Amino acid sequence: MDTVTMKDKSRWVWRETLKIHRFCPESRIASSLSCVEILVALYYGGVLRFDPKEPFHEERDRLIISKGHGSISYYPILADLGFIDMRELDAPGTLGNKLKAIPDTLIEGYETINGSLGHGIGVGIGMALGLKAKGSQRKVFVLVGDGELNEGSMWEAIMLAGHHKLDNLCVIVDKNNLCMLDYCRNIVDLEPIEAKFQAFGWDGVTVDGHDEVAVVEALNAFKARKSGDKSLVVVAHTVKGRGVASLEADSLCHIKSLKPDAVDALLKDAAGGEDA
Amino acid sequence: MAIPTNIMREAMILRLRERMADDRRIYFVSADFGAQSLDGLREDFPDRFINVGIAEQNCINICTGLALEGFSVFAYGIAPFISMRPYEQIRINLSLLSQTRPLNVNILSVGAGVSYDVSGPTHHCLEDISVMRTLPHMRVFSPCDASSARQFVDYALDTMGPKYIRLDGKALPDIYADRQADFRQGFSVLRQGTDVCLVATGVMTHTALTVAKALEGKMSCGVIDAFLLDAVDEAALAGCLGPYARVATLEEAFIGCGGLDSLVSCVLERQNLSARHTRFGFQRGFNFDNGGRLHLHKCVGIDPESLVSTLSQY
Repeated sequence: MDTVTMKDKSRWVWRETLKIHRFCPESRIASSLSCVEILVALYYGGVLRFDPKEPFHEERDRLIISKGHGSISYYPILADLGFIDMRELDAPGTLGNKLKAIPDTLIEGYETINGSLGHGIGVGIGMALGLKAKGSQRKVFVLVGDGELNEGSMWEAIMLAGHHKLDNLCVIVDKNNLCMLDYCRNIVDLEPIEAKFQAFGWDGVTVDGHDEVAVVEALNAFKARKSGDKSLVVVAHTVKGRGVASLEADSLCHIKSLKPDAVDALLKDAAGGEDA
Repeated sequence: MAIPTNIMREAMILRLRERMADDRRIYFVSADFGAQSLDGLREDFPDRFINVGIAEQNCINICTGLALEGFSVFAYGIAPFISMRPYEQIRINLSLLSQTRPLNVNILSVGAGVSYDVSGPTHHCLEDISVMRTLPHMRVFSPCDASSARQFVDYALDTMGPKYIRLDGKALPDIYADRQADFRQGFSVLRQGTDVCLVATGVMTHTALTVAKALEGKMSCGVIDAFLLDAVDEAALAGCLGPYARVATLEEAFIGCGGLDSLVSCVLERQNLSARHTRFGFQRGFNFDNGGRLHLHKCVGIDPESLVSTLSQY
């Protein structure tokens, strides 16, 4: 998919994510908007191998969305690609609909349950070891939040992956700079994140997480690496609440919901009044 | 030095080593904890033995990832640490996830109860039965000897799902050498009686047998070894308990909070049995004493002498 089309796709995912939030205001909208372009890059940029008709096909690449609560922007992608029925987007959070404020493994496309933070990298290591044992060339990608890196279990995993040089494991940090109550730097300052991973034996690159092409290039470079390399961290700089001015400007945006009329106004603006 | 096969972990690891030779889909993941028999397993299967370091949370998560890739995995660590440090990982990635995705992870938890007696309360593990029993889909196995522990290896490999395996740290006399543990029923009647039925698990099964023998002539005690603490065949257990006027549960665990005593009292209630139930185990407090396991048992009245005395007054 070319650059322009990926941008279009990201705009569509952004709009659909807001519509989901309109139905299900308990969902974490700000956290979900910071990773739209990362998810689009993974699925439309030729990075991941996947089969919507057989979500657990052995020859798929594995994606663990460790920041599970902050991934309702994944729902429209799963519907668009055919993992789930497009009609699921009509009424998320209501009885009979499989899309909840926090995703789970009843939704085709989710490998694991990650409403609780700090699990993804360790589970990803197990998968990476298992794939190597099977002689598989498939890769494991783990999407984490930067606030999530406060969890000690993440660093247990980061240490071990570095030690074992798991060249089939890539962690993408959606670095939106915010936890729930404040900016990460005011709570536990982990800067520079990339250097911390490197100190534990990882390779690292930093990209603009809202630039689909930059994300695709970093991830495809990872896929093209030779065996024997280190695990890779891609630190993707993002903005929490991206595209919604009231969220972008609010250090408490993680726990903010948008009112229905605010969502309607955003959609109207975005579509130029066409299909809001 | 010969490997002591009357120690539960050694017996299980020896059997596991045999199965690993035939099945490349078995992994052993240790949180930096060993056993004499583990040295051979590590030598034979360096690719399928992983020491994750002193990192129990990561241990469970890595086991989960391997299990999702189709491997049968054994997580290995010291009882209080491999059960309660990663409790949230066990809840999310084993108990919860196994409801929607097939996985086979077996937690080998060494040092049940106060088997690490002199190490003190950080290393005592008196909560694990309760906290594991409350997790849906978690099989809780509490063997009383090395033979039944060894038998469980084959069951564990043949049966999907998460399992918590509570192993005594010390060598114990053999009970199941010539007996097959019935893992569908979840308990064995070791001794028939008419007055009191002692339902015990783990090391306390041995105490129950000692007590029943000491009371011969005064009181007829039945002894039941309960080893599957999540999924005992309730109707079958009720059938065994039905004839007794009194039932006593014996466990090296905190009582009154979801352990073996809760299991038995639920069976009595649900099956409408009128037997009077007495719970023996640890009162809800930590013990800082030296003096060994027998002393710790004496402190809460679950040593054979105290039990004989208490039961004699029935």
